[in-house]
Amino acid sequence: RTLRAGKLTERVLKLFIATGKDEVFSLIQALNIQVTVTPVLPTRALRPDLTSFMNEWRTIFSRFHLIIVKDPDLKEELKIPEGFNLDVYKKPDIDRVVGTSTSTIFSGYSCRYFGYLVSRKKYIISVDDDCYPAKDNKGILVDAVAQHITNLTTPATPFFFNTLYDPFTEGADFVRGYPFSLRSGVQCALSCGLWLNLADYDAPTQALKPEERNSRYVDAVLTVPARTLMPISGINIAFNREVIGPALLPSLRLGGEGKFRWETMEDIWSGMCVKVVCDHLGHGVKTGMPYVWRNDRGDAIASLRKEWEGVKLMEEVVPFFQSVRLSREAKTTEDCVAEVANVVKEQLGSKDPMFARAAKAMVDWVKLWKSVGSSTSSPGA
Amino acid sequence: MWRPFFEQYHLIIVQDGDPSKKIRVPDGFDYQLYNRNDVNRILGPKASCISFKDSACRCFGYLVSKKKYIFTIDDDCFVAKDPSGKEINALEQHIKNLLTPSTTHFFNTLYDPYREGADFVRGYPFSLREGAPTAVSHGLWLNIPDYDAPTQLVKPLERNTRYVDAVMTVPKGTLFPMCGMNLAFDRELIGPAMYFGLMGDGQPIGRYDDMWAGWCMKVICDHLGLGVKTGLPYIWHSKASSPFVNLKKEYKGIFWQEKAIPFFQSVSLPKECSSVEKCYLALAGEVKSKLGEVDPYFIKLADAMVTWIEAWNMVNSPGEKPAMTSLPNATSKK
Repeated sequence: RTLRAGKLTERVLKLFIATGKDEVFSLIQALNIQVTVTPVLPTRALRPDLTSFMNEWRTIFSRFHLIIVKDPDLKEELKIPEGFNLDVYKKPDIDRVVGTSTSTIFSGYSCRYFGYLVSRKKYIISVDDDCYPAKDNKGILVDAVAQHITNLTTPATPFFFNTLYDPFTEGADFVRGYPFSLRSGVQCALSCGLWLNLADYDAPTQALKPEERNSRYVDAVLTVPARTLMPISGINIAFNREVIGPALLPSLRLGGEGKFRWETMEDIWSGMCVKVVCDHLGHGVKTGMPYVWRNDRGDAIASLRKEWEGVKLMEEVVPFFQSVRLSREAKTTEDCVAEVANVVKEQLGSKDPMFARAAKAMVDWVKLWKSVGSSTSSPGA
Repeated sequence: MWRPFFEQYHLIIVQDGDPSKKIRVPDGFDYQLYNRNDVNRILGPKASCISFKDSACRCFGYLVSKKKYIFTIDDDCFVAKDPSGKEINALEQHIKNLLTPSTTHFFNTLYDPYREGADFVRGYPFSLREGAPTAVSHGLWLNIPDYDAPTQLVKPLERNTRYVDAVMTVPKGTLFPMCGMNLAFDRELIGPAMYFGLMGDGQPIGRYDDMWAGWCMKVICDHLGLGVKTGLPYIWHSKASSPFVNLKKEYKGIFWQEKAIPFFQSVSLPKECSSVEKCYLALAGEVKSKLGEVDPYFIKLADAMVTWIEAWNMVNSPGEKPAMTSLPNATSKK
């Protein structure tokens, strides 16, 4: 009836889906109604057994299309429980899509970028597989997907700071003194979530405070102001692929990059690029909720040896990105990324070969995105 | 209600309006009370920069204070409770905010890293972890939120019930609306920039005193490498002023802020301005030349900004004879 009346909007469809009724689901399938919303892409990190991860997220993930990308370096078979609508990509699939020489860029945590590349959905939500749903201050399970979507579908306010945080949240608004001309905001391209329990600290910090766990649930979402940079963690993020897809990229790889987040900087580097591009193109970036519960894993002290490299790098990386200014001609995300790559090559390339390689990887990524990012592909398995 | 939190501190009360009216202050507080006569006596002709019949007059208190930290609060603000039901010691939180550094150059996603239970996240350069000295601590309000008149008219029943357990630094280069209801600052670091402008009686505008101070202050803090924090502590704001009265006061401001904001966002101060006073005077010059075209009020305001600095220097210069300076109307020691 709703469909015939022409009133089936995305919001109404979500309400139907939320009833959980079988008849609703089968009708949606029969009519081939596309929910353009969300593929969820867990980044696989260490364990091949995704059973507990998938089961913990089942009530939240089961309505969406999932993409699971298996780290090409992982030898064991993946164990995935039944009952999900998903595509799994393994090394042979990755090789087929991008070629065997290129597939190396997707090893380790960077395997998630392959998922971003092949997805055709508008919004992508990406969660590390050592994270479970969190509970808020009232003890209610946080639907991280819903919160990310809310963040991405309401405007961001990067040009003036609102002291009551996100003015588009229920029960909040713009405060006195906020210019009216800035109240419509801009499109939010990226939503950065946070972590309870094991926060995303670097190895030295966690090693110094081995017992410290994040127990503070901050009930806020806020826009990161324009031209303000921040470390964007890849553990719990979401983005609008149509708007900013090419800017999330596998590029900086540490010499000693390992399989724990403490031993990587790839997401931090990618995040700096994304923020610079968003600032240039006038898109917003939000941070705050949703929280996920990040499980204890790894040994910070053991990671200290590898991590030191990444920690030192940031001393160069941050001032560099703070100084990057893109040209007026850079009007698309791809153009912006290409320009950043150029500046990386010119200004950082000579300081460390790692940067020169990163710059080349960025250029290659834009080419890859243009060729693969627009054509369809399905997994061989 | 504030007694247990204020009792051990020195209070300055600035009495606005008719100086012949007696203000009743309960016993047991260490305070100084200044009325309009005192303002005129202490500042002489420079008293023209202190607003009359507007809460902006409070900045006179900042001028005459001899303390390092100043906390200012509106008289319809009370002690709030945190989600556990415990009364919030706003003053204590403000002091914590001011005594720990700000992270102005790079945003920390876990908010204030100096708070118990938090730290800098992965990717935060170690060289930036010392932060910058904090000059201002901007608190928030539960119950009646600080909305402008149009928003109040549209949402008269909206109450702020969300306790956001965070303190964060407003990044360098970012402006924000600074509300004077629950505000603390380091007078030694930023005092002269906290002029609350010309408002109230005889002025075309009201309810923009704290906004004006906030924009000037932030530009100067950014220039001098000082930090501003916002978030906790919360106070309980009990009274919503009449939105119709507010609309009349704010009316011009709503238009003028559209010009003022781009001005503050683009203004740059000369490198030679190494003190707050010098910065403020340079800013006054810019206000006069760039905003003077918007309305002659800004020319008057720019002049008042200069008068303010002169008044500040006059009252606070070293070697001032005690007889010349603040002899308050009434003092009561515990």
